[in-house]
Amino acid sequence: MTDTLEIRDLHVEIEGRPILRGVNLTIRRGETHALMGPNGSGKSTLGLVIMGHPNYEVTAGEILLNGENILEMEADERARAGIFYAFQRPIAIPGVKLADFLRHATTNVRNPQRKEGEELIPMREFRAELKEKMSQLRMDPDFARRYVNDGFSGGEMKRAEILQLAMLQPKFAILDETDSGLDADAVRLASQSIAEIGGERMGLLIITHHDKLLEHNPPQFTHVILGGRIVETGGPELAAELHTKGYDRVRRDHPEASELNDRNNEVEQPQLAET
Amino acid sequence: METLQKIAFNRQGFDALMDLLEQPEWLQDLRREAWQHFECLSWPNHRDEEWMRTDIRAFKLDQYALVAGSSDSFPSGTLSEGVDLGGRLVTLDSMPRVCELEPQWAERGVLFGPLMQLVTEYPDVIRPHLMTKTYNMAADRFAALHAAFWSSGSLLYVPRGVAMKQPLHALLALSDGSADLSHTLVILEEGAEATLLAESCSVPSATNSAPGGFHCGGIEMIIGPGAHLRYVNLQDLGQGVWQFGHQKAVVHRDGSLQWTVGALGSRLSKVNQHVELVGPGASSQVNGVMFTEGKQHLSYHTLQRHTAPHCRSDFLYKAALQDNSRTVWRGMIKVDPGAQKTDGYQRNDNLLLSDSARADSIPGLEIEADDVRCTHGSTSGRVDEELIFYSRARGFTRQEAIQMIVTGFFQQVFDRITIESVREALGRAISRRVREYE
Repeated sequence: MTDTLEIRDLHVEIEGRPILRGVNLTIRRGETHALMGPNGSGKSTLGLVIMGHPNYEVTAGEILLNGENILEMEADERARAGIFYAFQRPIAIPGVKLADFLRHATTNVRNPQRKEGEELIPMREFRAELKEKMSQLRMDPDFARRYVNDGFSGGEMKRAEILQLAMLQPKFAILDETDSGLDADAVRLASQSIAEIGGERMGLLIITHHDKLLEHNPPQFTHVILGGRIVETGGPELAAELHTKGYDRVRRDHPEASELNDRNNEVEQPQLAET
Repeated sequence: METLQKIAFNRQGFDALMDLLEQPEWLQDLRREAWQHFECLSWPNHRDEEWMRTDIRAFKLDQYALVAGSSDSFPSGTLSEGVDLGGRLVTLDSMPRVCELEPQWAERGVLFGPLMQLVTEYPDVIRPHLMTKTYNMAADRFAALHAAFWSSGSLLYVPRGVAMKQPLHALLALSDGSADLSHTLVILEEGAEATLLAESCSVPSATNSAPGGFHCGGIEMIIGPGAHLRYVNLQDLGQGVWQFGHQKAVVHRDGSLQWTVGALGSRLSKVNQHVELVGPGASSQVNGVMFTEGKQHLSYHTLQRHTAPHCRSDFLYKAALQDNSRTVWRGMIKVDPGAQKTDGYQRNDNLLLSDSARADSIPGLEIEADDVRCTHGSTSGRVDEELIFYSRARGFTRQEAIQMIVTGFFQQVFDRITIESVREALGRAISRRVREYE
């Protein structure tokens, strides 16, 4: 049976303020979905809630992985169950080498039953695999010796996220504006990389403003989120339309959602990500 | 010393010690002078600026005495694992137990061994330095007590031009309830090089999980012109031990000192750590790693003093605190009027692993020269929840994430430590200590 990630009538608040107001979305493994929406629409919130960020409160609804509700699971349990979230703004961990971080992460995700303190993947085996993945992504092997996201440029951070995606090979991956802050060539490379590392084997939810990232990962579905609700779902042509013409038509067609969206934008954005 | 039975820290005890020790007259005079200071000074209290954050009212000197050690076994220490040592010195409750120096170094004039024994054999080497310029016996009552009663310790003397490639290991062990007033004297003559790995620890006790005791130490290091010393001082005493210490290094022209402090143990520590750069081109690097738990209290007053021009001092202390523990760091860079072109740096970062831990971090500058570059900074805070979430999103449990983040926090200090065995020993000690917390 195909792995399925199903979001049912999801309502989410942060500090008592509603952000998601009934999101429904089903992703099957092997599908690519684009999620687009103006600032304040709830795009990143959806990604962070799927991953299990503790600051968001789910007030109603479910997130089902193969029929099992994952809302009670901690973020690390979700990661081990096969969910990956590529951060819009990756976090620096000073003093921790990317290679060491990834060796531990890879071990945990591949052996979901592993207990703390048990052996990690043998160093030699891990290094060989990491080296191979890095060369596939055209990354300098020295990069793995740097501290996780510490002093990385915007582009380096996004590439490091893709490297982690490549190593962890999740069932479902949410890519949150993996193209933001990158120049055109870098976005093209990122798009190509996602395809090369086996993106088509995963269920992808690509949050983006542009269609460049979708170039090598054409979406079967495009969803438009506005005011915390998915207001339209279409094919790749919808992504192209939004990219060239913006959200004016969608806003006109959905005035109520549009107003809620504007209200979300009036209050201060949460610190960790654009919603 | 073989007949040492019980020496109390009072007039009677002092007289008994003077009768017991075989020592040159100049040293007897030094001790008498120190005893005078001890009698005149009162115990420090919270009205003294240096002690206002450090409460020693529960410390009772008469509970301790110099006693010949009862235990026969001692820990092997952690700093020298896998190291090809040039010499080894083990002291248990003030008594030297092991004393070794590779013949190749002894033949070249290196002295390494128990200070109290060597002081009678090599007065010419020791007398010009012992408690003359680098130790102030009148600094406080603990300093005076130390100078009057010190009865063990270590000497490292490296003659001119001798570069010791093999590190030396000095281990000081204290059994539950006993006292140790050891004095360390390191003298590197011009162009000499050495690495000294020193550690103090308590002998594990079957009945007491937090062995107690009283450690009142003194350290003097003289780094001659163009000499290079790497000194590591790991304090892992039992969590019932009161520790007091005055530690000072003087670096002469073009000499260098790398001084790494690991402070993990003791109930309460009050340490003054001074580095003085007295000749042009001298440099020092001080690294500190602290990890406290329970009700531990560690207080460090550090001074980087520049008396000569064109010197560089670099200072980084990092501390992680658990439970109800507390650290105090009061740092000072002092630049004398003639010390132009001084390059001074000091930084202290504290990671609070519980709500009830507390770190006081007070950097300071006193600059009397006008052409210097001095910078300082300090931070104190909890482990950032966003770092924890990021790690958990990649499959780390909360506990694994915290352990990794804490280890990473210390990595910046480890990156500066050039001795692998020391990095490893400190890394092991830290990962053992990080516990579950919410």
